[in-house]
Amino acid sequence: MSFLHHDVPLTWYLLLSAALFSLGVVGFLIKRNIITVFMSIELMLNAVNLSFVVFAYQWHEVKGQIFVFFVMMVAAAEAAVGLAIIIAVFRVRATLAVDRINLMKL
Amino acid sequence: MHLILFFLFAGFCLAGAINLLLQTHPINSALSLIVVMTSLAVLYLLLGAEFLAIAQIIVYAGAVMVLFTFVVMLLNAGREERTLGSRAAARVGFPAVVVLLAVLATIILRAQGLVSAHLGAGLTNDPNGSNLVVLSQVLFHELLLPFELTSVLILIAILGAVAIARADGSKVDGAERSAEK
Amino acid sequence: MILSLHIWLIPLLPLAGFLLNGILGSRLPRWLVSTIGLLAPFLSFVLVLNAYALTSYSAVALPYVETFPHPWIAIGGLRADFSFFLDPLSLVMLLVVTGVGFLIHIYSVGYMAHEEGYARYFSFLNLFLFFMTVLVLAGNVLLLFVGWEGVGLASYLLIGFWFQKPSAAAAGKKAFIVNRIGDFGFLIGIFLILANFGTLNFAQIAQVLTLKAAWHGGVLTAICLCLLVGAAGKSAQLPLYVWLPDAMEGPTPVSALIHAATMVTAGVYMIARTHFLFDRAPIALAIVAIVGAATAIFAATIALAQTDIKRVLAYSTISQLGYMFLACGVAAYSAAIFHLVTHAFFKALLFLAAGSVIHAMGGEQDMRKMGGLRKKIPVTFWTMTIAVFTIAGFPPLAAFFSKDAILYAAFVSGSGGVFLWLVGLLTALLTSLYMFRLWYMTFFGELRTADAHPHESPRSMRAPLIILALLSICGGWIGIESFSAYLAPSVGLHPAVSSFPHLELILTAFAVLAALEGWLIADKYYRRKTERPAQLAAALPAGYTLLANKYYVDEIYDAVLVKPLFNFSRYFLGWVVDTGILGGIAWLLAGSANLSGAILQRWQSGNLRSYAAWLTAAAAVILLFVFHASIGSYLGARGIDVQLNLHWMGH
Repeated sequence: MSFLHHDVPLTWYLLLSAALFSLGVVGFLIKRNIITVFMSIELMLNAVNLSFVVFAYQWHEVKGQIFVFFVMMVAAAEAAVGLAIIIAVFRVRATLAVDRINLMKL
Repeated sequence: MHLILFFLFAGFCLAGAINLLLQTHPINSALSLIVVMTSLAVLYLLLGAEFLAIAQIIVYAGAVMVLFTFVVMLLNAGREERTLGSRAAARVGFPAVVVLLAVLATIILRAQGLVSAHLGAGLTNDPNGSNLVVLSQVLFHELLLPFELTSVLILIAILGAVAIARADGSKVDGAERSAEK
Repeated sequence: MILSLHIWLIPLLPLAGFLLNGILGSRLPRWLVSTIGLLAPFLSFVLVLNAYALTSYSAVALPYVETFPHPWIAIGGLRADFSFFLDPLSLVMLLVVTGVGFLIHIYSVGYMAHEEGYARYFSFLNLFLFFMTVLVLAGNVLLLFVGWEGVGLASYLLIGFWFQKPSAAAAGKKAFIVNRIGDFGFLIGIFLILANFGTLNFAQIAQVLTLKAAWHGGVLTAICLCLLVGAAGKSAQLPLYVWLPDAMEGPTPVSALIHAATMVTAGVYMIARTHFLFDRAPIALAIVAIVGAATAIFAATIALAQTDIKRVLAYSTISQLGYMFLACGVAAYSAAIFHLVTHAFFKALLFLAAGSVIHAMGGEQDMRKMGGLRKKIPVTFWTMTIAVFTIAGFPPLAAFFSKDAILYAAFVSGSGGVFLWLVGLLTALLTSLYMFRLWYMTFFGELRTADAHPHESPRSMRAPLIILALLSICGGWIGIESFSAYLAPSVGLHPAVSSFPHLELILTAFAVLAALEGWLIADKYYRRKTERPAQLAAALPAGYTLLANKYYVDEIYDAVLVKPLFNFSRYFLGWVVDTGILGGIAWLLAGSANLSGAILQRWQSGNLRSYAAWLTAAAAVILLFVFHASIGSYLGARGIDVQLNLHWMGH
């Protein structure tokens, strides 16, 4: 029973957040598809969101959660624009490989 | 209970994230990411952020990830090609990630005064209080203007996305059609 | 009630004309360009006449000063204003500049009618008038210098008006560079004035000198010599005269306005304006006289052997300017200004008439190809005849009076005066000789070109000729005595006293005889025995080639000054300094930039993932840097707390 009622230290949440963030960075580094790279960015954003929520819990500070809300909004907007860019790039280059898209001009 | 749920969904999170990295087909990665996000929503719930948990599922797992899968299908993205890659990424990036993680972990572990989380607590310790009420009071009073501005931001983002993705010129039109096929 | 003369408008109107024609001119129709171009000098001339009328009826007292309320330069003790200073001297100059300038503008309408760049021409001409009036009206040395440089600029632009012609472009450049040498001297002079007087205002300088009555020579001589260098450059005196003959590459009205009537006399004007300095520096004054006399006779001899009609007139201008310097040098400033005025009339007339001849000959300037034009272009012939008789010094024409005044002043100027007078007399003879030579070669005998069809110039060109001819006849009748009296408030009276009662009359007789002698020689050699000049040239080949080649002064300058300077520039400055030192430094800088670029370029691979890697590395480094103390303590197990903000919020 004590196990069931055991509280979780916030340290663990933070460690999870750090781990997710690092995995996001690794994803950015190793993935070759531009869409997956973009997903890694979303992963990193989520990791950061988690730490915001954790600190909101720590300090009973409502603004931590509101911050997460705003981050979500920005992430949604970013996803829309980013994916639109990906489509535009694909039209011109006909590839999604990040390594092939290495020039800023057409 | 809390501990079990934490381990369960933290495990889902990590597993999903690792799977995201391991899968070579983007659609699999997208599905893994949905797992991560849903698990995160549960973790938010555990931390007393009910509103965010729902928003996470609706906005992220729902809207954003659906967008991702749409694009994957629209562009008919197949398996990743083996490309040359980047030496800098291997030689600089991975040690840097290790250092980053080590530094973050050090800081987190060294941090004093972090409390433990237990179920039922959140922004308010009042058993009759609601986290949602606290949140909405701040959001719609103090931060009303920024909140409204986000809607403008999203509107602009939609317009921008339409403008960027719109095919201009017949040549590009053809490319789009071939991409759609 | 204090009347305002609005003299500030006198320079500003031509400036407005310059701006209008310069900016919009190429899009305006020609009649409008001419209207703008003519209106500006005309209105200025009217303003000058107004000023003259009001001052001569004592409605406004001279000297009259207009100052822009805001100081131009105010640094420490130095204060320079935009102040316009009107006294008899500047009024006389203004009458000449705007009056003759206006006539030449009218002439230009006809002369330039078929030219490209019509608007450009008139805008430059107006620009010149702007700077010239600024020069004349300047109340301090600095403003005078602005005008001085400005007329140089306008002169450069107009000499090189036909800039597609390499010789015209080179002539413009030469005028500019030679004037630079003079301006260098002038600038040093200005600095010396500033250092010794602490002011640049003419009136204040004069005041300081009045207070220190015993101050003679010394630094004043230095100042005056520096000013003389400047004046010699602008007024084409020895040894800086070389640019003026080449300046004839410009359109003929420009030669008349700038290189005969107005700008080149700026040096004389400047000396007269600063006469209070020269009066205290007898050595400098003597040098002015010597330079003037030497230039007068030197240029006159060269003019004897020139065949280009405009070059003869150019050397004649130099020679006449030498007369003015000679007059300044014997402190007869009013005589110098008197000659300046009459010279402006007859030399402008000579140039305009020559321009009319050239116009009639379809651009031909070589006198050997002219001849017999007397019947073909009668108006030009008669006006030219008046001008020739005037410059030769026949009574009662204008130059007779002014030249006479100069010769008389030189004769009575004490020791050495007789020698100066002799030089002046000889110059008068030579002047008469080469002018009648020009007259005979151009208008008498037979036309020496087969395919020329001389025609009289249009009315807009004939009218200024006639007006200037009338002025050349009557310009001197005012007489030196009343002219001196009028100028006395500006330049002071320098009474030339002689113990011998009829001296002036005798000297006049000598001068007229010299002119007559010149005419007779010319008549003999160029009308009656036209084969004689060639025989003479053959008999004295050395002398003739020396004169025909202008004493080889250009060649000597080229060998002694230009070539060494050029070689120094090309080999030392060009190769060692520029290529070696500067180029080396630039090469090193460029090389290091290139090298770092080549290294840094690898960062900008365009590969998204390598960017991400570097970004991550940077994030790690920044985190390490921020938290290195706490991490170090953790690793060292020292037990020091992490300095995180978590402490104060702990629950």
